[in-house]
Amino acid sequence: MVGPLKATTVLPYLSLAIWVPVAAGILVLALHRDRDAAAARWLALVGALAGFAVTLPLYAHFLIGTAEMQFVEAVEWIPRFNVNYLLGVDGISLPLILLNSFITVLVVWAGWVVIQSRVAQYMAAFLIMSGLTNGVFAALDGVLFYVFFEAMLVPLYLIIGIWGGPNRVYAAIKFFLYTLLGSLLMLVALIYLYSISGGSFSILEWYQLPLSLKTQILLFVAFFAAFSVKVPMWPVHTWLPDAHTEAPTGGSVVLAAITLKVGGYGFIRFVLPILPDASHYLSGFMIALSLIAIVYIGFVALVQPDMKRLIAYSSISHMGFVTLGLFLFSAMGVEGGLVQMISHGFVSAALFLCVGVLYDRMHSRQIADYGGVVNTMPKFAAFAMLFAMANSGLPGTSGFVGEFMVVLASVKANFWLGFLAATIMILGAAYTLWMYKRVWYGQVGNAHVAALKDLSQREFWLLGALVLAVLALGVYPKPFTDVMHASVADLLAHVAQSKL
Amino acid sequence: MAIPFNLTPALPEMTLLVSACVVLIVDLFVPESRRQISYWLTQLGLLATAWFSLYVFHETPVHTFGGTFIADALADLLKFFSCITVILTLLYSRVYLAARGLFRGETFVLMMFSLLGMMVMISAGHFLTLYLGLELMSLSLYAMVALQRDSDVAVEASMKYFVLGALASGLLLYGMSMVYGATGSLDIDRVAVSVFTGNANRTILVFGLVFVVSAIAFKLAAVPYHMWVPDVYEGAPTAVTLFIGSAPELAAFAFAIRLLVGSLAAMWVDWQGMLIVLALLSMIVGNVVAIAQSNVKRMLAYSTIANMGYMLMGFLTANVNGYSAAMFYTLTYVLTTLVGFGIVLLLSRRGFEADQLDDFKGLNQRSPWYALMMLLVMFSLAGIPPTVGFYAKFAVIEAAIDVGLVWLAVIAVLTSLIGAFYYLRIVKLMYFDEAQDQTPLEARFDTRVLLSLNGLALLLFGVFPQQLMGMCVVALTRSY
Repeated sequence: MVGPLKATTVLPYLSLAIWVPVAAGILVLALHRDRDAAAARWLALVGALAGFAVTLPLYAHFLIGTAEMQFVEAVEWIPRFNVNYLLGVDGISLPLILLNSFITVLVVWAGWVVIQSRVAQYMAAFLIMSGLTNGVFAALDGVLFYVFFEAMLVPLYLIIGIWGGPNRVYAAIKFFLYTLLGSLLMLVALIYLYSISGGSFSILEWYQLPLSLKTQILLFVAFFAAFSVKVPMWPVHTWLPDAHTEAPTGGSVVLAAITLKVGGYGFIRFVLPILPDASHYLSGFMIALSLIAIVYIGFVALVQPDMKRLIAYSSISHMGFVTLGLFLFSAMGVEGGLVQMISHGFVSAALFLCVGVLYDRMHSRQIADYGGVVNTMPKFAAFAMLFAMANSGLPGTSGFVGEFMVVLASVKANFWLGFLAATIMILGAAYTLWMYKRVWYGQVGNAHVAALKDLSQREFWLLGALVLAVLALGVYPKPFTDVMHASVADLLAHVAQSKL
Repeated sequence: MAIPFNLTPALPEMTLLVSACVVLIVDLFVPESRRQISYWLTQLGLLATAWFSLYVFHETPVHTFGGTFIADALADLLKFFSCITVILTLLYSRVYLAARGLFRGETFVLMMFSLLGMMVMISAGHFLTLYLGLELMSLSLYAMVALQRDSDVAVEASMKYFVLGALASGLLLYGMSMVYGATGSLDIDRVAVSVFTGNANRTILVFGLVFVVSAIAFKLAAVPYHMWVPDVYEGAPTAVTLFIGSAPELAAFAFAIRLLVGSLAAMWVDWQGMLIVLALLSMIVGNVVAIAQSNVKRMLAYSTIANMGYMLMGFLTANVNGYSAAMFYTLTYVLTTLVGFGIVLLLSRRGFEADQLDDFKGLNQRSPWYALMMLLVMFSLAGIPPTVGFYAKFAVIEAAIDVGLVWLAVIAVLTSLIGAFYYLRIVKLMYFDEAQDQTPLEARFDTRVLLSLNGLALLLFGVFPQQLMGMCVVALTRSY
């Protein structure tokens, strides 16, 4: 039995969104010899573009105004455990799939020149990773979700470990074990849900499953272990700065822009609707952790001497906003959290690419090694300025929309909550702009900086694409929020309904 | 004179016995340079046995030889997989054996007799048949471990294996005699009936059960009966380690099924508690101690111990669902071990044993394809999807949760996290470290093809596990 969901599309767009990049990745892997490197790059770019192209019809044909799952695909997969290949998107997962496929194109392009060793494996890892991530966002079956969720770790582990910085092995293993611990506990929770729901792995069927508060809290703990590590929330965030710092630029971009979103998405897809009572019961705890992330990690970011580490801490702080928004249980908060996820995807990707641009030239991430970059790289400085502003939440950029909505929602809930949340506007501006001042402004710091060359064509368009995205989302977020409305309303209806 | 028994169900065993005798005789007349004749005869015999195992496939259980021999779907499938496992073992180890002067008739014949023992065990309908098969298998294994007569480690390992194995056989016989005392029979079906109807003295039965379970734990390498495993794995020539670590696991699974499910199913409440302790200890000790190992063979030995702990979780449900999960676990574990040791065998050369973890350094630069195969093995052992190891863990965890043992499931996943650490270390060595030796691995064409297919099977069954899982369920439902 496949459940009440019936296939609704002619072309399996979701399957294409998952398997086109994976297939392209496997093809690229075949070009593993060094003399095929150029071919591998081009094939990877074509694969990434094709992967992005097949997600566009999802947006074009998406019906706004319904919370039903769309583009549903349902095929029996493992009848032994009633596991089905069940895919579908709603207004919450669709933007994330688009974001992921878009970022993949940029990442492949960003690694064009920098990556010179084992090019095919590098490109293949990113393509396969992209397909698996789309799978995470599209899966509506618990086991299918878990398979994608876990399989995603493998390419990222290799990316960090093979192409990363000096301390890459430590960072890769820490990253893998940390996230594995969380997901294994989630596996137990999934199987437990299967067992008490009378043999169903369908996530949507679990939404209707009555559960006692005690069970809900235990399941909450298991899901919390999986998703809080991914987000990451304080105090399980310590893997992220290491992983970010050691990963190659592309790896950092994917980690910040995509992988962290999986955590937020998990809370929305599993925790809130399946465990509404536990979510309400523990919302104080979640909000407290989110505020600690926002304020405390904001201060930690302030004192980082390493640019990548600083942006990593900034990511944790910004993701604190997402979890804060989700656990306010208001439409404004949840939508704000979602917009924040998308915006953070663009902005953090852009900032890591900026650091990548500098690192490729100077092979240093230390803020102290720079100074006065604006004098030698004016075009680059202009781009970086815009992204720094977006990271600080300047109105008109995408960073503002989400933060503003979440702050508004928190003020409605409680003034002091809103007050603390709003400190991100100050702290974010402080650490981002202070970094900007030290790296880009001032006198030319040293001979290396004086010798810097401005952006190449490729880098220019790479960052240019992100500028467009950041501004579009900041000035006119309506196309995105419209897609979300119905699904968010439906989500809140589930959260409001007690299962006791 | 008419034969009083139906011989057809035992066709695979007879084929194997005949082939073993043929190889034994032919090998006497084959000159050293033509040793591959015996090798190919062995492979042919094994293939024929595998084919006959499926040819005689039994939809419903058939008893013959006065009830001492059962042929059912479970037995046929396990025999088939055991044969295939031995064929692959022999194929992967050909070059290794030749380089060490072990490419000899004795090796082949011992392997075949050991396999015959396993097949008799798998089809045992009587406690004595079971014992007979067990001893045939074990005695051949002791001899195989000591094949390298001039190696001190091998002889020591063989000695340890023999002494501890004899102890386990003693425990088994003692347990069986208790069961006999309580039920008055050694026939598995009759024991089952008397236990079920409650005619047997319960105290004596439970007393006997403790010894029987101990013997099973010894064969499965469950803690605290695991002491022999690391030493034997390390001491034996790698080819023999591969043999010990693969097919006998299937036989041990059948051994557990015949005893616990076939004859003592009505006492599941008693053995469930014992198995929980064994599973728990194996998972914890196996995984924790494996971290400290610098020798691949020892590490894989502890990994076997841990994996058998997970497998035992399948038995806890005392229903076909759980048993089929355990069977699936065993099958996939054997499939994975074959590739893992296959690569260790490829890494070894004449006069050089690649049994240190550091020998894996930079394998991705030397031979990316084999590194990928080993990567699949490691992720499969760690239970990371989309490899088959994930579904194996998934199924046994589901079995544990099904009987309400959520705490055991949580401990199982936590220990598998510890396991992931040492499996990842091999991936780290292969992919993140620089190679000390840049020469690519060399393999014969047939080894290359079959090792690749075997490795890809880990991925294939990881993406489409239903066939194999469904087959385990069908085999067990048709047999019990």
